[in-house]
Amino acid sequence: MTQSFLQQYWWFLISLLGALLVFLLFVQGANSVIFTLGGTSEERKMLINSTGRKWELTFTTLVTFGGAFFASFPLFYSTSFGGAYWLWMIILFTFVLQAVSYEFQNKLGNFLGARLFQTLLVVNGIVGPFLLGCTVGTFFNGSNFLVSHDNLLSPLQPVISSWANASHGLDALLDPWNLCLALAVLMLAQILGTLYIINNVSDDRIHLRARVQLLGSTFVFLLSFLPFLVRTLFKEGYAYNPETGRIFLESQKYFNNLLDMWPLLVLMLVGVVLVLFGIVRTLMSKSFVRGIWPVGVGTVMVVLVLFLIAGWNNTAYYPSNVDLQSSLTIANSSSSLFTLRTMSIVSLLIPFVLAYIVYAWRAIDNRPITSEEMHDGHAY
Amino acid sequence: MDQDTLLQISQGTVDWSRAQFALTAIYHWLFVPLTLGLAVIMGIVETIYYRKRTEFWLSASQFWQRLFGVNFAMGVATGIILEFEVGTNWSNYSWFVGDIFGAPLAIEGIVAFFMESTFVAVMFFGWKKVSAGFHLASTWLTGLGATISAWWILVANSWMQNPVGCTFNPDTMRHEMTSFAEVALSPTAVNKFFHTVTSSWIIGAVFVVAVSAWYLLKNRHVRLARESMKIASVVGLVASLLAVYSGDRSGRSVAQTQPMKLAAMEALYEGGKSQCLTVVAWVAPLSKPNCMTADNPSPVVALPKMLSLMATRSVDGYVPGVRDIINGYTRPDGSVEPSVAEKMQRGKQAIASLAAYRQAKRTGNQAEAAAQLASLRENMPYFGYGYVTRPEQVVPNVPLNFWAFRVMVGMGLFFILFFAFVILQTFRWDISKHRWLLCLSLALVPLAYVASEAGWIVAEMGRQPWTIQDMLPTWAAVSNVESQSVALTFYLFLGLFTTLLVVELNILRKQIIQGPDSAE
Repeated sequence: MTQSFLQQYWWFLISLLGALLVFLLFVQGANSVIFTLGGTSEERKMLINSTGRKWELTFTTLVTFGGAFFASFPLFYSTSFGGAYWLWMIILFTFVLQAVSYEFQNKLGNFLGARLFQTLLVVNGIVGPFLLGCTVGTFFNGSNFLVSHDNLLSPLQPVISSWANASHGLDALLDPWNLCLALAVLMLAQILGTLYIINNVSDDRIHLRARVQLLGSTFVFLLSFLPFLVRTLFKEGYAYNPETGRIFLESQKYFNNLLDMWPLLVLMLVGVVLVLFGIVRTLMSKSFVRGIWPVGVGTVMVVLVLFLIAGWNNTAYYPSNVDLQSSLTIANSSSSLFTLRTMSIVSLLIPFVLAYIVYAWRAIDNRPITSEEMHDGHAY
Repeated sequence: MDQDTLLQISQGTVDWSRAQFALTAIYHWLFVPLTLGLAVIMGIVETIYYRKRTEFWLSASQFWQRLFGVNFAMGVATGIILEFEVGTNWSNYSWFVGDIFGAPLAIEGIVAFFMESTFVAVMFFGWKKVSAGFHLASTWLTGLGATISAWWILVANSWMQNPVGCTFNPDTMRHEMTSFAEVALSPTAVNKFFHTVTSSWIIGAVFVVAVSAWYLLKNRHVRLARESMKIASVVGLVASLLAVYSGDRSGRSVAQTQPMKLAAMEALYEGGKSQCLTVVAWVAPLSKPNCMTADNPSPVVALPKMLSLMATRSVDGYVPGVRDIINGYTRPDGSVEPSVAEKMQRGKQAIASLAAYRQAKRTGNQAEAAAQLASLRENMPYFGYGYVTRPEQVVPNVPLNFWAFRVMVGMGLFFILFFAFVILQTFRWDISKHRWLLCLSLALVPLAYVASEAGWIVAEMGRQPWTIQDMLPTWAAVSNVESQSVALTFYLFLGLFTTLLVVELNILRKQIIQGPDSAE
C-alpha cells in the first residue's frame, strides 16, 4: 500500500465518520425543538429519554472524528484547532453542557432545576450543529491561517501554524456561504431529529407536532442548502498539482470532481432521492414512522460525497485565504506511511464496531418509548 | 535579557495553557478513577445477581449503577475537552509528534469509546429489554471499554514521558513512528497503566466502603452495606497490593528515563551512591529553592540505601541529584551524562543543522545536506534543549514533587492496612461495632482523591518543562493564541466544571440518602 493510497483511504474514513456524525446530529436536532414538540413536562421527558439513549454515540463519533483526524492528518489538527481556537472552544463548551444535562436534569439533588438543563440541551442542539456546519463550510470557502514549518527553527517563534487575525476562527461566521451551510446543517439535524422522534416515541400528539416541525425545517433546509450546493459546485475551487504540491484555484473544481469521480455523483443523487423520499412519505402518510432510515442513509451518502469532493482528486480540503500555499491537502498534512499503515490495520475493526452498535441499538429500540416507561426503571 | 521575554509566544500563553490543561486533567481525574473502580465492583455485584437471581442482588446492582451513571457523565464531559485541548492549546505539539501521539487517541476512540458508549446505554436502559446475560455482558463491557480507553490514553501519556519507537524526519519537521509495538508496549506505558488502573480500583473501593459505612452508621440498608463492603474491601486490598508492585516498577522506570523527576521527588540536590529513601523531611512546600546552592533536606525518618535499591536494584547504586544532572555526571559503568549546558549547545547545533539541511535541500546541494543530516542525527537526542536558555529551566518544582510523592505513597501504603482491617472486620467480626472505623471510612474518600491527584502531580509536574521528555519544552509546544483568550477559557471552564461538580456531589449525596429501590 502506497502512502498516496493510504491518504485516500484515510480521507474516506474521515469523510465517513463526518457523514455518520451529521446523521447522529439527530440527537441535537431533536433537542433543539424539545420545547416545540413537547407541550408538557411528561412529553419533554419522553423526548429527552429518546435522544438520551443515543447521545453518547453522537458524542463518541465526534471524539473519534477528532482522534482520527489527529492520527491521519495531524497538520489539520494543529492548524484548525490551534488556530480557530474560539470556534472549537464554543463547540466543545456546548457539548460539555449536553453531556451532563441528561443525567442531571431530573435527579434528586439537582438544585439548578430541570428547566435549566433542558435549556442547555436546546443550546447545544442549536449551536452545536450550526457551528459544526460553519466549520465544514470553511473546507470549501477557506480560512485565514498560515503554515510555515521553518518556524520550528526559530526559538523566538517556533509555532508552525497560526491564525492570521485575532478572531481565532470566529471570522468563519462572517462568510455568508459558511452561514448558509451552518443553517442547512442545523435544519438537517432538525429533520433527522423529528424523524427519529416519530420513529422512537409512541405518542400521537408528539407525532403531530413533529410532522409540522418537519415541514418547516425541510423548507428552510432547502432554502439554505440548495444555494450553497449550487454555488459551491460552480465556484472556483482549491486544487493542487500532485507532482509539485503547488496549490492553485481551478474553475468549477468541485463540479469537476463529481464528473471525474462519477460514482460519487451517482451516490449523491441516490442520497438526495432517499432524503426526499423519507421526508415526503413521512409528511404524506401518518402511519409511516420509518422515515429516519431512508433520510439517515441518504444524509450519510450526500455528506460523504461532500467530504470526498473536498479532499479527493487533488483538492485542498482546508484552504487558506491569506496564503494559498499554506492550504492543507491530504498529501501535505498526513501522517507518515508507517502510521497510516498501522492505523489502517486498526481500522479493520470498524465493521465489527458498527455491527455491535447496530445490535445493541436494535436491542434497546425494539419497541417505541411510552409514557409508562418514564415511571418504570432507569429514566433521565 | 532573559530569552523568555523575547519569545513572541508570550509566557502568559504558556502559563495559561498549562493551567487550563491542568485544570481539565485534574477535574477529569475526579471522575475517571471512580468510573474505573466502580465498574469492577458493580460488575462483580451484577455477576452475583446473575448467579443467584434474587431481588436483593438486582437492587444492589441497580443502586451502584445509578451512582456510576451520575459520575460517568462528568467523566465524559471533561474527557472531550482534554482530547481537543491537545490541538487548541498545544498546536505545535500536535504537529511535532502527531504522527505518534494521534494514533493511540484514534484507537481509543475506535476501540474503547464506542464499546463504552454503546454498552453503557444497554446497562442503564436495558434491564427489561435484553436478557440477563446480555445485560451482564454489557455491564462488564462498559467497564472494559473504560479500561481499554485508559490503556490507550496512558500509552500516549507514557510516550511523552519516555519517547520511544520514533525518529525525526527533517523533511516533514516532525517525529514519526517507527515501531508501534515499542510505543504501545513500552515498559513505561505498561507500568503506568497498571499503576493507574489499580489505583483507580482503590478509589472505587474506598467510595463503596464509605457509602456502606454511612449506611451502617445510620443503621439503614444494612445488608447492602455489609455485602458491598465485603466485595469492595477485597477489591481494595488486591488493588492496593498491585499498586505497590506497579508503583515500584514505575519508580524504577522513572529513575532510568527521567532522573530529574526522581531527584525532584526526593529533593535530592546532591546525589551519590547508596542513597537513602527519605520518608519524612522538612521541605518548605511553598519555597522555591535555588537548585544550584540548596542542600539535601535532613531526613527525620529515612530508609538507608532504599532509594538506590529502588532506582538501580542495587543498594550501592548511584542516583544522580539535581545538580549532578545539571553539571553532568559519570555513571558507575563509565558512561558520561553530559551537562545541561552541553545539551543546550548540542540542541542548538541540532536546530542549526536542521536549518542548514533544509537550505541545502532547497538549493540541491546533496553533499551539504548529507553532512548536515549526519550532524543533526548526532545531536538529535538533545533537540529540545535547543529551546532552553538557562540550565535551571529544566528543573521542576522540587517541593511540590517531594510532597506530592509522599502523599501518594503514604496514602497508598495506608490503604493496605485499612482494607486488610476492613476485611477482617467484615468477614470475621462485626464492623458496625467500630464506629471510629466507619467514620474513618468516610474521611478516606477525599484523602483517596488527594492521593490519586498527587500521583498525577508527580507524573506531570515532575517532567516539567518538557511536554515530551528532552524533545519539546512547553514554550515550543504551545499554540499561537493570545494569553487573554486562554485565560478567559480557563475561567469559563473553571466556573463550569466547579458548578457541575457541586451539582454532581449534591445528586450523589441525595442518591445515597435515598438508597436502593427495593426493601431488603
